[in-house]
Amino acid sequence: MQPVIEISGLSKTYDTGFQALKRVDLTIRQGEIFALLGPNGAGKTTLISIVCGLVRASTGTVLAGGHDIVRDYRAARRLIGLVPQELTTEAFETVWATVSFSRGLFGKPRDPALIERILRDLSLWDKKDQKIRTLSGGMKRRVLIAKALAHEPRILFLDEPTAGVDVELRRDMWRLVQRLRETGVTIILTTHYIEEAEEMADRVGVISKGEIILVEEKAELMRKMGRKQLKLHLQSPLGAVPEALAGHGLALSTDGCELVYTYDTRGERTGITSLLRDLAAAGIRFRDLQTSQSSLEDIFVGLVGERP
Amino acid sequence: MNFGRMDLAMNLGGVRAIYLFEMARTWRTLLQSVVSPVVSTSLYFVVFGAAIGSRIQEIGGVSYGAFIVPGLIMLSLLTQSISNASFGIYFPKFTGSIYEILSAPVSYIEIVAGYAGAAATKSVILGLIILATASLFVPLHIEHPFWMLLFLVLTAVTFSLFGFIIGIWADGFEKLQFIPLLVVTPLIFLGGSFYSIDMLPPFWRTVTLFNPVVYLISGFRWSFYGMADVHVGISLGMTCVFLAACIGILWWIFRTGYRLRP
Repeated sequence: MQPVIEISGLSKTYDTGFQALKRVDLTIRQGEIFALLGPNGAGKTTLISIVCGLVRASTGTVLAGGHDIVRDYRAARRLIGLVPQELTTEAFETVWATVSFSRGLFGKPRDPALIERILRDLSLWDKKDQKIRTLSGGMKRRVLIAKALAHEPRILFLDEPTAGVDVELRRDMWRLVQRLRETGVTIILTTHYIEEAEEMADRVGVISKGEIILVEEKAELMRKMGRKQLKLHLQSPLGAVPEALAGHGLALSTDGCELVYTYDTRGERTGITSLLRDLAAAGIRFRDLQTSQSSLEDIFVGLVGERP
Repeated sequence: MNFGRMDLAMNLGGVRAIYLFEMARTWRTLLQSVVSPVVSTSLYFVVFGAAIGSRIQEIGGVSYGAFIVPGLIMLSLLTQSISNASFGIYFPKFTGSIYEILSAPVSYIEIVAGYAGAAATKSVILGLIILATASLFVPLHIEHPFWMLLFLVLTAVTFSLFGFIIGIWADGFEKLQFIPLLVVTPLIFLGGSFYSIDMLPPFWRTVTLFNPVVYLISGFRWSFYGMADVHVGISLGMTCVFLAACIGILWWIFRTGYRLRP
């Protein structure tokens, strides 16, 4: 796929001396859903803010759709829509007026049919004449999305789109994102909900302390870094792992009722067959077993936690 | 990749959107924006024009009530230009909705044109409404209507730019009110709104000449009655100097991203 955003050597040091980004290189492909994960203060919002023109980079370049975001900012920004993290809306405007304003700001001609479609898609149509201050937090979040979509962007940034919204709205939003992707819109989202990235993203980037530490296809990441565990619920508790099973690297639960075997999904052999054979030979019987795979969240915590 | 040829000309649609959005706020807050300045100006006429003015002799052949009209219009023009423009840009900063302006394909010049243009328009409309209101109280004639309109528009634009600067500089409602209330209003009152500076003792007259508002009011009054405290050319020059200073400060703000783009 062709790149739609190309970030090279991007650094940002604020006046306070805080270095939010350290020579970040990142390429986003056209039409993908890219999830940018990172702990608080990792530089996610700074990165998005620079691409969208809210913050000035200290060094480096960003191209959006082939347009430099500084020299050719008009062309670059026309392609981009931004849904910010905070519920930053005018209070006294109606939903219709504020969404129409957003379209006008991008120099686009009035298109009531389009605005209606966006509002209907976001279940905002019956609220179109209401003042924004009368809306609930979830509805305000929808208004922000409607505003970002009003100029028909080809690249959509969602900065923590489902922070503080209920499950229903979160599911609605995921469906909306999928629909947008089907129309060719590239979506870049930051989120604290790893479940969200796991559900939606094609690729995942992890940022920590201003550096991109990993960019990978989500499926490949899960395959590469995911570990599986086999839990055996024993019929009789053990005091310790028997000597004969020492080679399998088993862990025994504190109550002695559960043996846990961790294995690498990448390995050609998982070692499960030999483990079961050795268990039988040692006379250890189990009444149940279960396997579990590490989630993207486990991988993320492992990656970020490893860094000094 | 490239998404084809883009229109890189000025984003007039963006300017229009900001301008109309700001004007819509005026109609939404009609009482605060238009009615209250008209009411307070009428009160000035009642107090200064009728109650006190009847005891004051003519100034330069003009009745006191008519004499204060240009000063009163300037008083509203200056305060409303500053207030409209500063609030216009400060409020989106305060709510955070400024992100939308900064991430849109609009240049700084276009942002200023939208906000300051709307603020100046409101002030000019207000000035003309006050002029019409004044004509109900005192007989008026305008000797130089072109110059009157020029001073009206130039002052509204200049002080709208000044208000825009205050709106960017302010990081709280207190600061937003600080300069208009504690600096500009005293300068207007001491700038000859209600008197000719020729009426002052020589020392205070000299001191008053350091007040830039004197030149605005003097020039504006000249356009009405052909009489001025200072030459009209100097008044026009001082207005242009202040306009240039505001443009210079704005250029610096935009070049550095001061309080807009960290």
